[in-house]
Amino acid sequence: MPKKKTSPKSPPKERALALRVNGRVLEVEVPPHRTLLEALRDAGFVDVKRGCEKGDCGACAVLIDGVAVDACLTLAWTVEGRDIVTAAGLGTHENMHPLQKTFVEKGAIQCGYCTPGLIVAAQSLISTTPDPSEEDIRVGLSGNLCRCTGYAKVFEAVREAAAQMRNQRGRR
Amino acid sequence: MSTSFDPTAARANVAFRQVGKPLARTDAPGKAIGRTPYAGDYVMPGMLHAKVLRSPMPSARLVKLDVRKARALPGVVAVLTARELPDRLAPTDIPGQTGQARLKTDQQILVRERVRYHGEPLALIAAESADIAEHAMKLIEYKLEPLPAVFDPEEAMRPGAPVVQGTDNVVARHAINKGDVAAGFAAADVVVERTYRTQFIEHAFLEPEVGLAWIDENDVVNIRVSTQVIEHFRFIADAIGVPHNKVRIMGALVGGGFGGKEDITVEVYLALLAKHTHRPVRLEFTREDSFMGHGKRHPFVLRYKTGVKRDGKITALEVGLISDAGAYVFLSPYVLLYGTIAAPGPYLIENLKVDAASVSTNNMYTSAFRGFGAAQACVAYEQQMDEIAQAIGMDRLEFRRRNYLKTGEPTATGFPPPSAIWTERCADLAWQALGEKTKAKGAVRIGRGLAAYQQSYGRLTFLHDTSEGWVGVEVDGTVVVRSGVTDIGAGQVSALAQIAVEILGVTLDNVVVYNSDSAVTPLAGTTTATRALYMTGNAVRVAAEAVRNRLAARAAKAFGVAAEDVVLADNKVTAASRSDKSMGFAELIRLCASEGIQRSELAIFRAPFTDRLDPVTGQGQAYPDFTYGAHAIEVAVDTETGEVSVLKSVACHDVGQCINPAAVEGQIEGGAAQGQGYALSEEMIYREGRLTTPSFSEYLIPTAMDVPVVKSIILESRSGLGPFGAKGIGEPALTPVAPAIANAVADAIGKRIFDLPITPEKIVRALNGI
Repeated sequence: MPKKKTSPKSPPKERALALRVNGRVLEVEVPPHRTLLEALRDAGFVDVKRGCEKGDCGACAVLIDGVAVDACLTLAWTVEGRDIVTAAGLGTHENMHPLQKTFVEKGAIQCGYCTPGLIVAAQSLISTTPDPSEEDIRVGLSGNLCRCTGYAKVFEAVREAAAQMRNQRGRR
Repeated sequence: MSTSFDPTAARANVAFRQVGKPLARTDAPGKAIGRTPYAGDYVMPGMLHAKVLRSPMPSARLVKLDVRKARALPGVVAVLTARELPDRLAPTDIPGQTGQARLKTDQQILVRERVRYHGEPLALIAAESADIAEHAMKLIEYKLEPLPAVFDPEEAMRPGAPVVQGTDNVVARHAINKGDVAAGFAAADVVVERTYRTQFIEHAFLEPEVGLAWIDENDVVNIRVSTQVIEHFRFIADAIGVPHNKVRIMGALVGGGFGGKEDITVEVYLALLAKHTHRPVRLEFTREDSFMGHGKRHPFVLRYKTGVKRDGKITALEVGLISDAGAYVFLSPYVLLYGTIAAPGPYLIENLKVDAASVSTNNMYTSAFRGFGAAQACVAYEQQMDEIAQAIGMDRLEFRRRNYLKTGEPTATGFPPPSAIWTERCADLAWQALGEKTKAKGAVRIGRGLAAYQQSYGRLTFLHDTSEGWVGVEVDGTVVVRSGVTDIGAGQVSALAQIAVEILGVTLDNVVVYNSDSAVTPLAGTTTATRALYMTGNAVRVAAEAVRNRLAARAAKAFGVAAEDVVLADNKVTAASRSDKSMGFAELIRLCASEGIQRSELAIFRAPFTDRLDPVTGQGQAYPDFTYGAHAIEVAVDTETGEVSVLKSVACHDVGQCINPAAVEGQIEGGAAQGQGYALSEEMIYREGRLTTPSFSEYLIPTAMDVPVVKSIILESRSGLGPFGAKGIGEPALTPVAPAIANAVADAIGKRIFDLPITPEKIVRALNGI
C-alpha cells in the first residue's frame, strides 16, 4: 500500500543578499522570513543577543543608518544596502567607544547580556540628543530590559559618555 | 591540599590594595565590546538543532503520541518520547550535597502517561535546522484526555482533592516550637492577626536557557550550558544512565540566573539527544519556552498572629505558611524551610510557633528564586510589624527597635549568629536618608515604608557544603586562579581575582580566572544561596595564602630577614625592616621556579557541618551566618488611577567587608528594581493551570522609566565569615524591597493591599471599597 506522503510546504525561496555590517559587506543567502537577528547571528555576529524575538527586550538592538532598531523585528531582506552596526562594531579592546568605556568604569555591566543592546540604544540617543537629560536617557533606553543592574549605573554611564563625546566633538 | 580555613583567623583592618576598591570588574570589558561568548554563542560542525514539544493542558492522560510523520520529515534526525528513553528518572533535589541522602523526588523526563502541568515536555526533536525542528513539532500527533486537576494549595490539602504528588499532595512540612505561645498570647495587651499572600513570579533573566552537547573521544557527554550549577553533571549522568565521570559540564558567563538556572534546564534533553544521534546538538529555549520551562517563585499564604504589649514588646508569634509547590517537588522543601526559619524576621521572639506546609498542585512547579522563601516571609513579617505598630499607636521604627535581635542573641532556631547584627543602625540610617518628604499634590498621595530583614548566606549547614579553589603563579609572574564557580553576572569571578591578587601582592591586570568547567576546574559548588563569595572566596583565599607563604619564605631567605617581614604588594617584594632589600614579583617567581618551590595550591573550604534541625522544635543551627539590613521607600500613589511611583529608595546593609563596592552597589540597585517588580507589577498568571503571561508584553518587569535612583548605604562590620570578614549581599539586596514598598503604599492610602502585586486595579478597588 502506498504510504500517504506528508511533504512539508515547499520551503520559501532563498535570495542572496549583500548586507553591510560593521563596515564590511556580508554575503548571505536567506529566505524572506529570516529576521536580521537570525541572519546576523548565523553569520557570526553573536554580540547581537536573542532575548525574546518579539521586540520586548531590546537585547538584539543594532544601528541601522545610525538608529537603534530591534533586529528581531526587522527582516533581513529589508535592510540590504543600509549601514548596519552592532555593539562589536563600535569599538575593540584597544579602542573602545566612549559608551563601552563608561559602561565598564561605572559598573553598568553585570551579566552583560543586555549590554550590547543598551550601548546601541544609547549611541542612537546620543547621536540625536548630544546632551540628554535624565528623562531623555530613560526614554531612550525604555525599549531595553535589564534585570541585573536596576539601570542606575547605566544612566550614569550614558551621561558620562555623552559628556565625553561632546568634548571630543568640541575639540575637533 | 590545605585543611579547612578557620574563619576566626580572618584578618580585618589590613591595608587593602585591591579589596574594597570600586575596581572595574575583570569581566566587564569583554562584555562591553560584545566579545564575551555566552553559552548560546557556541556552534559546532554538524550540529543539530533541538526543540521541545510541550503539553498545552495542565492535567491530562496522554492517550496517543504518534511521531511517525515528524520522523519522516526530511532533515529530522531524531524524535524522542518517553518510550525511547532509558527507564530512568531525573533527580531534582539540591545538587552537590554530601550530608544526607537525596529526597525521593526524582521525576519523569518526558511525559510517560500523565501530564501534571501546562508545558510539561512530551517529546524532543533534533533536526538539521531550527526551521525543520519547528516544522516537525507540528507533525507530532497526540491526544490528551483531561484529568481532574487542582490549582489551589489549600484545596489540594483537603481530603478528596486530586492527588498530584505523594498520597496527599503535601510535599514537605516544617515546624518551630519555641517557648510557650499560649502564655505569650495570654500576656499580650493586643493581638494582631493578618493573612498575606504572594504570587508566582518569574526570574526573567535576559538570556534564555541554552546549551550545546557533544560526545567526545572518551564517550563523555560534554555540555556547554548556561547554568548556575555545573555540578549537575552527577544528576545528568544518573538521568541518562552513565557513570558520573562520563558527563562534563562547561559553563560560560551566564546571562542572569536569580535562582532560575539553579535546577537542570536543557541539559538532560541535550544529553539524551547527543547520545541518541551521536552528533552535536544545540537547544535554545524561546522566551515562551523559558517562561514555561523552569520553576517559578513560590506563592505563599502567610498567616500571622502576633501578641504584643502596649510598650511594644512582642510576647508571642504564631505563623502558618502554605506554599504552592506546583506539579513537581524540586526545591520546595528547602524553600519552605527557609521561609519557616525566616518567619519571625530579625526580631527576638521567645514564644514562637511556626507550622509550614508545601503543597503540590497542577500549577507550574516552583523552586529557587533569589530570597528562597525568606523573601516571602519578609513580605509578611514586615507588613505585620507595621500593622502592629498601628494597632498599638507606636512609631513604626520605634516599635521595631524594641524587638530587634541584637548581636549574640538567638534566631528562631535557637542559634546565635556568629557575626554582628546591625539591623537598628541600618534601619535608622536608611529611614533618615529619605530626607524631606515629597509634597502631596491633587489626587496624588505620598507614603513611606521600611522593611528590615534577616537573610542567610551560605547553604543549609546540614548539607555539609564544601568548595575548592586553586591558585598558582606562572613563571613570568602572572597569576592563575582555577575555580568551578559559575559567574551569573554578580561579579563572582572578578571577586576571586581581587582576593587572589590582594594576597599575592600583584595588580588586577596580572590575573586570569578560569572557571566553571567540571572536568578541569576544582569543584567550587553552586552559585546559589549567596554562597559564592563566602565559600569559594575563602577557598581561593586559603590557596593564595599558602602560595604567598612559600614565596615569602624564599624572599626572606634572599633578604636575610624573617618571613613575617616580607611585604608583597604592587608587583614588588620588599622587606619592612630593610629599605635596601627589594625585588620584582616576577623575579621572585623565577627564583622559586628554578629551585622547584611549589608555586600553586589547591585548597578546600568547609562550611560548618551540622545535623538537621530538631523536627518538632525546629531548634539547632541551620546556616553558617546571616546578613542584616533594611530598605526604606517613598512612593507617590495616584488615588484616581491607582498608579504607584517609587520616588525614593534607600538601602542600608551591613555587608561585613566590601570586596568591590561598585559590585555591591550593583547588587543593591538590581535587587531594588527586582523587588519593585515583585511588589507592584510582576505576576505569572495561571488560569486553571494555563500560563496567560508568556512574554514580556504581559509579564512586566521594571524598565528604565519605572525605577528611582537607589541610594546605597554600605556598612562594614568586618564580622562576616567570608574573606576579610565579608558577608553575602546577593539575596539580601532583594529581600526587604517588596515589603518596604507595600508599607509605603499602605502609608500613602491608609489601606493595606494584603496580596502582591499591588496593582493599580487593587488600589482603586481598595480606595472605593469594592
